[in-house]
Amino acid sequence: MLERLGLQSLEDLLEPVPEEVRLRRPLNLPPALAEPDLKRLMMGMAARNKSLDRVISFLGAGTYEHTIPSVVPHLQRRSEFVTSYTPYQPEVSQGMLQAIYEFQTMVCQLTGLDIANASLYDGATALVEAVFMALGPGGQGEVVVSAGVDPQYRRVLRTYARARGFSVREVATENGVTSLAALEAAVGPETVAVAIQQPNFFGCIEDVKAIEPLVHRHSRTVFISVTSEPASFGLLASPAEYKADIAVGELMSFGNPMSFGGPALGFLAARERFLRLMPGRLVGQTVEEGGAKQTGYVLTLQAREQHIRRERATSNICTNQSLLAVGATIYMAALGKEGLRELAALCLHKAHYAQHQITALSGFEPAFSSPFFDEFVIRLPISASRLQEHLLQYDIIGGYDLGRDYPDLADHMLFCVTEMRTRDDIDRLVAALKEVAA
Amino acid sequence: MSVEPLIFEQGAPGRRAATLPALDVPAEPLESLVPPHLLRQEPAPLPEVSEIEIVRHYTHLSQRNFGVDTGFYPLGSCTMKYNPKLNEDMAALPGFALLHPLQPEGTVQGAIQLQYELEQYLAEIAGMARVTLQPSAGAHGELTGLMLIKAYHEHRGEGHRNLVLIPDNAHGTNPASATLAGYRAVEIKTDPATGGLDMDRLRSLLDSQGQQVAAIMLTNPNTLGIFDRNAVEIARLVHEAGGQLYYDGANANAVLGITRPGDMGFDVVHFNLHKTCSTPHGGGGPGAGPIGVKEHLVPFLPGPLPAQDEQGNYYWADPGPLSIGKVRANTGNFGVLVRAYAYIRTYGPDGLLRVAQSAILNANYLRHELASDYEIAFPQVRLCQHEFVATAQRQKQESGVTANDIAKRLLDFGMYAPTVYFPLIVHEAMMIEPTETETRETLDYFIKVMRQIAHEARTNPEIVKTAPHTTPVGRLDQALAARRPNLRWKPGQEATHGLGQP
Repeated sequence: MLERLGLQSLEDLLEPVPEEVRLRRPLNLPPALAEPDLKRLMMGMAARNKSLDRVISFLGAGTYEHTIPSVVPHLQRRSEFVTSYTPYQPEVSQGMLQAIYEFQTMVCQLTGLDIANASLYDGATALVEAVFMALGPGGQGEVVVSAGVDPQYRRVLRTYARARGFSVREVATENGVTSLAALEAAVGPETVAVAIQQPNFFGCIEDVKAIEPLVHRHSRTVFISVTSEPASFGLLASPAEYKADIAVGELMSFGNPMSFGGPALGFLAARERFLRLMPGRLVGQTVEEGGAKQTGYVLTLQAREQHIRRERATSNICTNQSLLAVGATIYMAALGKEGLRELAALCLHKAHYAQHQITALSGFEPAFSSPFFDEFVIRLPISASRLQEHLLQYDIIGGYDLGRDYPDLADHMLFCVTEMRTRDDIDRLVAALKEVAA
Repeated sequence: MSVEPLIFEQGAPGRRAATLPALDVPAEPLESLVPPHLLRQEPAPLPEVSEIEIVRHYTHLSQRNFGVDTGFYPLGSCTMKYNPKLNEDMAALPGFALLHPLQPEGTVQGAIQLQYELEQYLAEIAGMARVTLQPSAGAHGELTGLMLIKAYHEHRGEGHRNLVLIPDNAHGTNPASATLAGYRAVEIKTDPATGGLDMDRLRSLLDSQGQQVAAIMLTNPNTLGIFDRNAVEIARLVHEAGGQLYYDGANANAVLGITRPGDMGFDVVHFNLHKTCSTPHGGGGPGAGPIGVKEHLVPFLPGPLPAQDEQGNYYWADPGPLSIGKVRANTGNFGVLVRAYAYIRTYGPDGLLRVAQSAILNANYLRHELASDYEIAFPQVRLCQHEFVATAQRQKQESGVTANDIAKRLLDFGMYAPTVYFPLIVHEAMMIEPTETETRETLDYFIKVMRQIAHEARTNPEIVKTAPHTTPVGRLDQALAARRPNLRWKPGQEATHGLGQP
């Protein structure tokens, strides 16, 4: 090939790169490894982690452990999906396009809303994108966020607010749910959006029906609902039922491994009137040109997107989370209408059983009396870190240490119980807790 | 060709695939646990299908999809190289895949170690002081990088800087990211003589508005596949004016071990690990967009950052008070990072250099061989880097065959299309990037097909203009899709047309 180019060596090929910037030494990296050596190395690293197949975990706090039926990875990992590019050439990308169209439909079915996009990076950035929709191009104003929204999501929102230029006001919680009085006081004519998480970060169920009129008191204010535990869609009122305008959140736990928190799967659904403000890719159904008129799928309304609209795009997102959307789609198809309801009921009942057993122990007090879904907050008789150390002796990972985000909730733990925890798992946790009970 | 019905058009009431454990705890009445007005009234109408229906349906869909494993992907700026199966297996190890992001540090030592080491590898490859693995994709890295630059200027009392200079051949994400970061994008033309940045324009912009310039965003080699020889001079000029230099790493496959953005004078760089480090694109994601920065920007990085203490234990270090904050939940697309780690360890320093050399060789070979039948943008540039831009200008003039037609005709030969109509500054552009993983035989077949299409354009243009002819569907009505958006299935919607497979 060099000969065809009239060149002597590979070095000749690098002539366009000026000498002053050439790296005239090998990169300082470990030497190449053959496949068996690499496997040994990486399996060793993996073995240094206590993965969830080796422990009993009660961690949730934004990332949830749900069963993944074998059918999901088997189909999701088909290499025609895995190794494909963004479906810009629809004639050879019908599989991915149709799967995403089905994903968009299922997100609408979960949320009850009119339209959904093809995915976003994660729940936190999905919340940011929803706020951008509410602000509109170049728009200014204030966003009101409940302190019951995942602290990580709020941190991400503040990062973006500082760069893009809008203000964020936080509303306190009371008894584990958004304070209605504080919310009423915070929302004014300058409020462009209000974000409420359901169920919220403490696992508590917000009275969204009472919140909604406070948000919509001013006709321009957009009600954004956030859901990071999608199993709750099986039992709790849908965002459409409580009149949210935009619903965002996290769907990773539907069919995808939690993989240390990423890649995640942000979703965004909205009322029809937000169509032109939607961020990211949208798949639409259409027909062939000409006479045949066979059904097909394409990326559509691309004039909103960065590769066409450039600096005036609704978002800068390009790469999204398509393969995870395929996984979630297959998962939701496998679970089905009845399965989703059953899943939610299992989570709800098991979490309540666990909460009763734990709070029967001396020194373990429920922090709040508000209704909850599959997570609950417990005031501990000892520090959260000491309790965690104690539990690890039994290969149990306890709940999330809330003191990390809420100074007034030091020595409080957020426990999560999904369908993956058996009664035996819960009883083992309770037995271990009993040893440190007051 | 046949149509695959939607999953919603299949199944029957009561059918179901997944099983769930029986309830093994006492259950209280639902109404005593959740206030009735907060319960769902209408269940989510998800499909009711059996497992075999699901398996056949998604298998059929996969068969209606093209991937790198199916065939050649000469897609410029997208670096569609082969994705090693070994890396997939590593990411699927339970010790990596089944980790909760909030587990105690003592239980995830291997995971933090992997990220600690990967960060150092990427810093070395880019010639940067430190790297954050947090951004989820290239565009996310761009935005994060611009946020760092903004925080840096503000910290120095130069928060008034509000312009970001972007060449006219840049990826669309660059100007979109600049807007999201609260900046105004200013376009700089390409020098028609060199294919590089118009230096006179840059100088005059810096002379008149240098005090306003926050940064310049460049990719080098640029999207024309041309290495801008003025990189060091650009860096000097922009730095002199008080601006920062951002390197769009989408084309980093061309520079591995050859040169480093840091050595060219850049202050921030992002990687697209789904391009350069061969993690699969997954039909449009997930990716990962780590960014590297020079020392003066380190205090502004998002946190937490992986760190190691004196006893050799790994932990998450909080960033300092100047950090821009978090740009996503948790710490990054770990599953993607595991694959990138496996990739870098498989190739090592010599292997990565060979990757870049082979990518450049393959691109120059195609460029040379296609020049007889297609116009090449900037033919005066003797050698391209990892990609180049050919055009259909000759074909369009002679027979009305466009770049889009040629793209569609390629699909008939079992290959994907080049990136077409980009960069925007070249008419009828076809941006071709073969990558290093393709064999000489594949490249020769591509050349042969491209020559045949050129021949068809002269002798039988209709066959090109009406292509593709062998794909599951023909050209689709994009205008209809945009005019009457149908973005979701609804009950009662007209059934999908065509003969469905049972």
